[in-house]
Amino acid sequence: MTSIILRTATRYMFPPLLVFSIYILLRGHHYPGGGFVGGLFAGSAFALYTLAFDVADARRLIRIDPRDITAAGLAAALLSGIPPLFTDHAFLTGTWWEVPLFSGATMDIGTPLIFDIGVYLVVFGVLLTLVFVLGEEE
Amino acid sequence: MLILLSICFIAALSAPWVYRICPKYTGAKLVAAPLAMFVWLLKKLSDVMHGHPVEQQFSWVKSLGLELAFYLDGLSLLFSLLISGIGILIILYTQGYFKGHPQQGRFLMYIMAFMASMLGVVLADHLLLVFIFWELTSFTSYLLIGFNHESAAARNAALQAMLVTVLGGLFLLAGIILMAGAADTWRLSELIQRGDLLVAHKNYLPILILVCIGAFTKSAQFPFHFWLPNAMQAPTPASAYLHSSTMVKAGVYLLARLHPALGGTEEWGMILTTIGTATFLLGAIMALGQHVLKRLLAYTTVSALGAMIMLLGVGTAYTIKAMAAFVLAHAFYKAALFMIAGGITHETGGETSIDKLGGLRRAMPVSFACALLAGLSMGGFPPFFGFVAKETWLHALGDYPILIGATVIGGAAYVLVGLSTGWKPFAGKMPAELHAHEVPLSMRIGPVTLGLGCLVLAFFCGPIGHALVEPAASSIAGEHVHVHLHLWAGFNKYLVISFITLGLGLVCYLARSLFLKTAARLGVLARIGPEAVYQLIYASVLKFAGWQTRALQTGILRDYIRVTVLTAVALVGAAFYRAGGFQQWENLSPISLRIALVAVLMILAALATVHSKSRLQSILAMGVVGYSMAMLFTFFGAPDLAMTQLVIETLTVILMALAFYHLPAFRHSSSVRSRLFDGTIAIGVGVAVTLLVLAALHVQTPTPVSDYYLDHSYDMAHGRNVVNVILVDFRALDTLGEITVLAIAALGAFALLKLRSGKEEGAP
Amino acid sequence: MEVLLAIVIGVLYGGGLYLMMRRNLIQLIIGLGLLSHGANLLIFTAGGLRKGGAPILAEGEKAFAALPSDPLPQALILTAIVISFAVTAFALVLFLRTYEVVGTDDVDELKETDT
Repeated sequence: MTSIILRTATRYMFPPLLVFSIYILLRGHHYPGGGFVGGLFAGSAFALYTLAFDVADARRLIRIDPRDITAAGLAAALLSGIPPLFTDHAFLTGTWWEVPLFSGATMDIGTPLIFDIGVYLVVFGVLLTLVFVLGEEE
Repeated sequence: MLILLSICFIAALSAPWVYRICPKYTGAKLVAAPLAMFVWLLKKLSDVMHGHPVEQQFSWVKSLGLELAFYLDGLSLLFSLLISGIGILIILYTQGYFKGHPQQGRFLMYIMAFMASMLGVVLADHLLLVFIFWELTSFTSYLLIGFNHESAAARNAALQAMLVTVLGGLFLLAGIILMAGAADTWRLSELIQRGDLLVAHKNYLPILILVCIGAFTKSAQFPFHFWLPNAMQAPTPASAYLHSSTMVKAGVYLLARLHPALGGTEEWGMILTTIGTATFLLGAIMALGQHVLKRLLAYTTVSALGAMIMLLGVGTAYTIKAMAAFVLAHAFYKAALFMIAGGITHETGGETSIDKLGGLRRAMPVSFACALLAGLSMGGFPPFFGFVAKETWLHALGDYPILIGATVIGGAAYVLVGLSTGWKPFAGKMPAELHAHEVPLSMRIGPVTLGLGCLVLAFFCGPIGHALVEPAASSIAGEHVHVHLHLWAGFNKYLVISFITLGLGLVCYLARSLFLKTAARLGVLARIGPEAVYQLIYASVLKFAGWQTRALQTGILRDYIRVTVLTAVALVGAAFYRAGGFQQWENLSPISLRIALVAVLMILAALATVHSKSRLQSILAMGVVGYSMAMLFTFFGAPDLAMTQLVIETLTVILMALAFYHLPAFRHSSSVRSRLFDGTIAIGVGVAVTLLVLAALHVQTPTPVSDYYLDHSYDMAHGRNVVNVILVDFRALDTLGEITVLAIAALGAFALLKLRSGKEEGAP
Repeated sequence: MEVLLAIVIGVLYGGGLYLMMRRNLIQLIIGLGLLSHGANLLIFTAGGLRKGGAPILAEGEKAFAALPSDPLPQALILTAIVISFAVTAFALVLFLRTYEVVGTDDVDELKETDT
């Protein structure tokens, strides 16, 4: 099921795909994109890698157990709901902070962003789990 | 009252532990709870006697107007004294009856829980509270009848009693709700003062019938009487308590309680008197043919309950008085006779038939004495309380010659039964194979107390009548009733009737073997009686359930889908029909060529997916459908969806390719008939869904919630992409649920493939 | 336009259900896939088809100049797509395991709960 062309192409495609997935995740709040799509892109990058090489290689590449990634994502999404509780708002109400960047520029950082990162991690972890489990099937 | 009731319930629950920790004299310890109740009730006696009922209430569910309200007047006092008093004796009796039995704790728990529930029924003032306790008594009765759960007969009898009484309970609930609506109150104490309102209400007859069915099932009235003799499968302490002196009287209590509210009408008189008299005679006559001790007593209980209902139905102050006196008399002699019957069976190694018993007077002298006292009281011999009650009863029925006639026949049967249980087992020669000895002390207390009670009550019938019967009769009548009970009322025609009854009874007793033969021949009648109807209904329900399970649960996925889908299509069709088809189509977006092309492509791809014989072709065709979806999403301003759909479609194809590697090619094909049938269903679904979509286009909510999201996405949530803002901010909780589902699906897949035969592998 | 899409949805539903009633496990899964496409498209169409722009604010603007397409069904469908993917994947794994244990991929033979 493997071919040299696919392997070579994957080698070059893989890093840009991952970077792209994070880009998609971060710009999601203002432009098309977001955690779901970002996670899917990252997952398909690994699916591609698994197809080109095999599951053991892919596992070596990621090192972390995909189930842990899923759990971390769920935890991040849950935790992002906590801060508003301190200001007497409902669970998961969006809370924003203005973070100063270099030379007077500022950036809005909010709990929805953390939530979206959680979504990204869950989708990514779920995809990896499914691909690995099916790929390792005898 | 609430505290005392709670103590009884807690004592019941603690019974098994008490028994486990120190099994000696468990009953004697637990008796403290009903004793406390009994003493408290006695203390309230003078208050109630002077017409000051005790009221207590605690709020429970305030918003629903539910209160834990209790009310103690003459009627509830009479019943609660009987319940707690006989309860004390029964608990002591149980201690001896179940001596060394490993399950004694469990039995004590059931019977005490029953006692507490029964006290609840007679003390509760809120109608729903009454109902809750009422059902609790049915439930504990089920546990008690089925106590020997290894015996199939006991299980069936328990189930039968439960089904009949609980079904009746449902009727009662309906009646209660209607009644509360009609009288505009849930409180019994207020309800009984609004009798005029209820009687004039348009729902009066339904209320009366519903309440009567509830009471009749509980009190084993014809045609629901059959469960009571069968319930004799219960251990004797339970039979003596529940099925003679207390639970079965719950129905009588309820009707007596409601007499001021519902009584005094022609319908009331008709229903209660007819059913009561029928039950009275039927029970008495059927008792004649019995030779098993407990069943014999059970049939007379049925009969006695019928008599109470009959007296209540006539409803004059005099009959009410007689009824209250009879309740008291019956509780004493019947509980005593049951306890003795249990004692005989217990001490002779399980002998239950009267015909095989005899000559026990030497072996069991105390039991003999008590049995004789109680038996004579039952027969209505002077100078026992049974005689006093019967005198009052005959006096009360002076204007009703038919009922007097019934009483004579029934009374004769009582004489026979009283002698059969109180005299026959002890007299004559003891059969050689019978070995017996006297019952232990704990089992003697009950019969002795009650047996002597029959005599003592008679001699003190004046004060007793004043203290107990008068307040009770006043509560039932709804106005003050004077009660003067006499042991010797002078020589009059009722005394003559009474003695005629006694004489008739004695003749019957001597000719008893004749009745038994007739009864054996009449046994065929059982096949067409009410019990046969019950068995028929019971069996048909089971059969129907079995049939419909087999018909619906075929285990074939296709059948489930067919049924579900056809139902859905039928419902959608019906909705269409009722809505009157389509309205005018408006605001349709214009057809553009490229979208039309995509749509046609999708249809073709879907058909190819269905039609293809190869797995790979099928998957690829479905991929085409997915990519076309993505294109549609871009055309209609949904870039996020388009992006997601594209990636997902790719991943799906990859996953399927990975998985199908392990699955065989399409091999099985359904029959042509099945395919045609399913094809028809599929087309039907397609048409129905198409119609549904077209109809849905016209449903517009006045202000779609999306406008709010569009307006506030930027100023409130700092986001320009509204779809994303909805996902991670406005509706973040939904999304949280959805990603949890994703995580669970992945974990499930992992568990299915990785965690087989207990070994885990793969995780680095 | 809506009429055409409604027909597409009908075809997707009918085809999906027809496949689900066949005897092969794989056809069952593919049918499930078609059915979820149909459901997504149904939500999308029922939400109203507007050929306005995407519900995304342009840089510097505070409010939408023209009414964009409805964001709510889009958010619904977005999660529905991902979830139906997870369900399909789970079904795949489940059937794989069933095939392994029971030894048949014929739905009609999967009648017993015991193996």
